Amino acid sequence: MNASVIELDNLQKIYRTGDVEVRAVNGVSLRIERGDFVAIMGSSGSGKSTLMNMLGCLDQPTDGQYLLDGVDVARLGRSELSRLRNLKIGFVFQSFNLLSRTSACENVELPLFYTNPHVPLRDRRQRAIEALKKVGLGERLYNHPNQLSGGQQQRVAIARALVNNPELVLADEPTGNLDTRTSIEVMGLFQALNDAGITVIMVTHELDIAAYCKRIIVMRDGRIIRDEVNAARIFANDQRAVLDASEQHASLS
Amino acid sequence: MIQALTSPLLRVGLTAMIAFRALRRNKLRSTLTALGIIIGVASVVSIMALGRGTQKRIQDQVSSLGSNLLVIFSKSRRTNAASAGSGQSGNLTLADVEAIRREVRSVKALSPEVTLTAQAVANGRNWSTTIAGESPDYLHIRDWPLARGSMFTERELRTSARVAVIGSRTSRELFGPLHPVGQTVRIKNMPFTIIGQLESKGAGIGGADQDDRIVIPYTTAMRRLTGEKYPRLVTLQISSDDLMSAAQEQITALLRQRHRLTDGRKNDFDIVNQKEIADTVNSITTTLTYLLGGIAGLSLLVGGIGIMNIMLVSVTERTREIGTRIAVGAQPRDILLQFLIESITLSLLSGAIGVALGYGVSAAATMIPNFHPSVSTGSIVVAFGISFAVGVFFGFYPARKAANMNPIAALRFE
Repeated sequence: MNASVIELDNLQKIYRTGDVEVRAVNGVSLRIERGDFVAIMGSSGSGKSTLMNMLGCLDQPTDGQYLLDGVDVARLGRSELSRLRNLKIGFVFQSFNLLSRTSACENVELPLFYTNPHVPLRDRRQRAIEALKKVGLGERLYNHPNQLSGGQQQRVAIARALVNNPELVLADEPTGNLDTRTSIEVMGLFQALNDAGITVIMVTHELDIAAYCKRIIVMRDGRIIRDEVNAARIFANDQRAVLDASEQHASLS
Repeated sequence: MIQALTSPLLRVGLTAMIAFRALRRNKLRSTLTALGIIIGVASVVSIMALGRGTQKRIQDQVSSLGSNLLVIFSKSRRTNAASAGSGQSGNLTLADVEAIRREVRSVKALSPEVTLTAQAVANGRNWSTTIAGESPDYLHIRDWPLARGSMFTERELRTSARVAVIGSRTSRELFGPLHPVGQTVRIKNMPFTIIGQLESKGAGIGGADQDDRIVIPYTTAMRRLTGEKYPRLVTLQISSDDLMSAAQEQITALLRQRHRLTDGRKNDFDIVNQKEIADTVNSITTTLTYLLGGIAGLSLLVGGIGIMNIMLVSVTERTREIGTRIAVGAQPRDILLQFLIESITLSLLSGAIGVALGYGVSAAATMIPNFHPSVSTGSIVVAFGISFAVGVFFGFYPARKAANMNPIAALRFE
């Protein structure tokens, strides 16, 4: 059994518009082990989003090899990719992407809806409730997104990402739409999930968010320019205490 | 194995559920879109029902004339409009009628007819009605039973007796609830004894009330009332359906010979076959029904375009939802099915409401007397079939558009 969840070998993504050739991802080789917590950073245009789309099997590389959990993804068709995403990858988006006017529980059930073989209704509901409890929303199972705060909505989205027990959770700027305190809470949740053994890969352009991760990869012009273990890792619990203290200080003065 | 078999069905069921929910969410929009199909289906169903009713009514009226009838009309010898049809200048003589009776074996009964409109006075009341001079066979030919009393006889015909059989409406107007038989009615100041009363027969072809008439011997009508020498028309009953055209030919030949019409000259009379009338009227109403139904069907097309429009709006609106569904593992066919089921549900539901409305219109139309429109199973099946086809046809393009979306772009759609 291969311990690496992701193995990239000279991965390329080239866009052609007319005569202009854009190498969005230009030869990325990378291994990500099970249980890792990786931040991918870079300015816009660095190719981090394109890489993320390929990691998420939403896009196919132009060249190179991508092994997801030992499966060569480059050779799969659209519907096989769908199946792979359904079973092995959980997505968390910047803008949550929850279905409106649909309860938290039903939102979390969504991936199970498309799982083949079919998951019976009762199991779907059961697993959705468990996932929501895991993210601390056991009390808000039947609220609709518009009745939830931004942080709570992102938790529902994380529960949705977890419900099918994926190999990998991909988060694209998960705190981009959240305030500082809520960002800390969400990152705390990711840290807790990672501690429980789930592999997390996160795209962000904020250093203080990347600081929560175990490993930081920096991209520029479609290449990895830095890939190192995060020596100065911070933890959500500490950050919350710091924030509380500074707020208290502010209100006193 | 069982899992593999039940799974696609379950998926369709689940997808249908999503579709229902999406329609419920946009109640007003769904209703407005549905309206096109509802109106289309309702008009197709009700027009078909009304058409059938009309046809039935005409058939009833034609058969109420009696069965196996031929009618010979006299054409005026002179083309002068003033004298046309006056009876003074007719060329169908009573001798012709006698000749037909003698020589054409298949003629079972016949009745020369003279009609006039006159004031009938009885019981201190005054009523303008149709006076029909007929033969004693008339009631047999018309398959018209008597409510009470009896028809006049051959003897009374020969003697131009002043006897009358009264229609139910005329009787009501003159005598109210009283029995007319045995009473006297004065027509053109001449007293007639009422010897019989007809059963009610309702409106005839063209809507005239057949019950508003007084039937007297044609000899009496000609000699005592109008002074005409020729009958206006002769109604003949042929002994069987198969002999109708043979009889028609035979009578034509006989009359041409008697009128000394050489080859190449046109008939100076017309023979109308009851069946031909029925067939002609039938084909006209059928054509009209299908024509109107077809025009109504066009509104289904318009309704379908409405569905397509709203589905395209819906797909665009839900781009992010579609992106999310694809990202979490929906197959393209799941998305296709979801939107296709949505449009089919919309169109079938509209179809059902349309059929119900059509039924309503048809039921309301039964309140018209002597009119019995009926919704045929065929038209319901066709209406549903077309609704389904409209849903599939106009839903497919938007659904395919949704299924082929690029998830990356869809997820970022604002």
